[in-house]
Amino acid sequence: MKEIKAADISAAVARMCMSANTKLPDDVRRKFEEGYKNETSEAGREIFRQLLENADLAFETKLPLCQDCGLAVFYVEMGEDVVVPGGINKAITEGMVTGYKDGFLRKSSCDPLTRKNTGDNTPAIIHIDLVPGDRLKISYMAKGGGSENMSRVTMLAPSQGWEGIKKFVVTRVAEAGPNPCPPIILGIGIGGTFEYAPKIAKKALLRKLDDVHPDPQIAAMEAELLAEVNKLGIGPMGLGGSYTCLAVKIAIAPCHIASLPLAVNVQCHSARHEEVEF
Amino acid sequence: MPTYSLNTPLTDADIEKLRAGDMVLLNGIIYSGRDAAHKKLSDLLDQGKPLPFDLKGASIYYVGPSPAPPGRPIGSAGPTTSYRMDAYAPRLYSLGLKASIGKGKRADAVKQAMRDFKGVYFGATGGAGALLSKCITASKVIAFDELGPEAVREMTVKDFPLLVINDAFGGELYAKPNLEE
Ligand code: SF4
Repeated sequence: MKEIKAADISAAVARMCMSANTKLPDDVRRKFEEGYKNETSEAGREIFRQLLENADLAFETKLPLCQDCGLAVFYVEMGEDVVVPGGINKAITEGMVTGYKDGFLRKSSCDPLTRKNTGDNTPAIIHIDLVPGDRLKISYMAKGGGSENMSRVTMLAPSQGWEGIKKFVVTRVAEAGPNPCPPIILGIGIGGTFEYAPKIAKKALLRKLDDVHPDPQIAAMEAELLAEVNKLGIGPMGLGGSYTCLAVKIAIAPCHIASLPLAVNVQCHSARHEEVEF
Repeated sequence: MPTYSLNTPLTDADIEKLRAGDMVLLNGIIYSGRDAAHKKLSDLLDQGKPLPFDLKGASIYYVGPSPAPPGRPIGSAGPTTSYRMDAYAPRLYSLGLKASIGKGKRADAVKQAMRDFKGVYFGATGGAGALLSKCITASKVIAFDELGPEAVREMTVKDFPLLVINDAFGGELYAKPNLEE
């Protein structure tokens, strides 16, 4: 058994929340630089220029990259031999609350019907997977509302297959247009169940933008979908251009013989996430 | 691309010279308001009560800023997605609103209201909240403080960079997606 102190987890989570909201991940920055060089539309290039300037400024001033600091989503891989006295959920939640308060991050969580703000960005959205061993990995993502609103889950018929999947994704991005702050990133969950597909779709957004999926077939699917989506010409901020989407990340899971679940989690260019390991 | 420097409150003459694609540097007072604030503004209108600011010539910025750290007038302050205010916007344009500022597409009813009542819709760069906050030199909550980030704020802007997305003549800047079919 390995004991990890709740206070250490809270402190690390607070730090992650503040840091992820003010420092653009290096892989995202590299994509912005590439877009600034290669985007075909002038208006689109100007957007990349502004986003790079915004990232520099956020890093210098510690103002959040985007005012929507999101709901705080955590993917946790917790070893079966790990114990956290006091509880892992409480430790993460307390760290998140501290990070959002001390980092002057926006609290964006409210009651779904009265719309009253919960005041401290709670609840943290925490997904815990138990894994063998004694390690603990906590990944944090600030998930903004604008891009989340453009996401969809659907249950395709098995006969629709890959063609049906592509059509749904491309149509979704076309309909979303400028709304989710393109250039976007797509997390695609294929298979599983009604609730599992979006869970793996979002988790896929934790991957580096420039990594290549270890399964060559999935890597090819990601490349194909990226090319199809970028043919739409929506461009940065919807102003037209070749960079509508920066990367497509696909996660696949076996599903029921009757189903083809599909989740499209749209992420905006402000792809803020970090992880910590114990 | 024509660039105009405009001062609020905006006039019909200001609006008439703008076309989709123009760049505008906006100066003066603008008001923040997003989902919950729009609901409250609309309730006040239903009850025949005065609004917390004069709509005539006004510009509303769809924004819920992050908290101001010490020594700054405001935190990050980029636009939120505008379609969620579409249900309220036509009525506000009919009562004198001249400009709304946000990101993303507007409903036909909003575009029609902009034609009918001489209004425009400006786009600001989404996700550039730190950068845009540099152009906001002062900010104070003037209504609905209990809404936190959604409270209505009076903001002073200097050379606030905007693009005309929808003009008062039916023009639109956004690219149409190339979909076969
Ligand atoms: S979609 Fe993303 S970048 Fe755009 S406002 Fe929301 S969180 Fe910020």
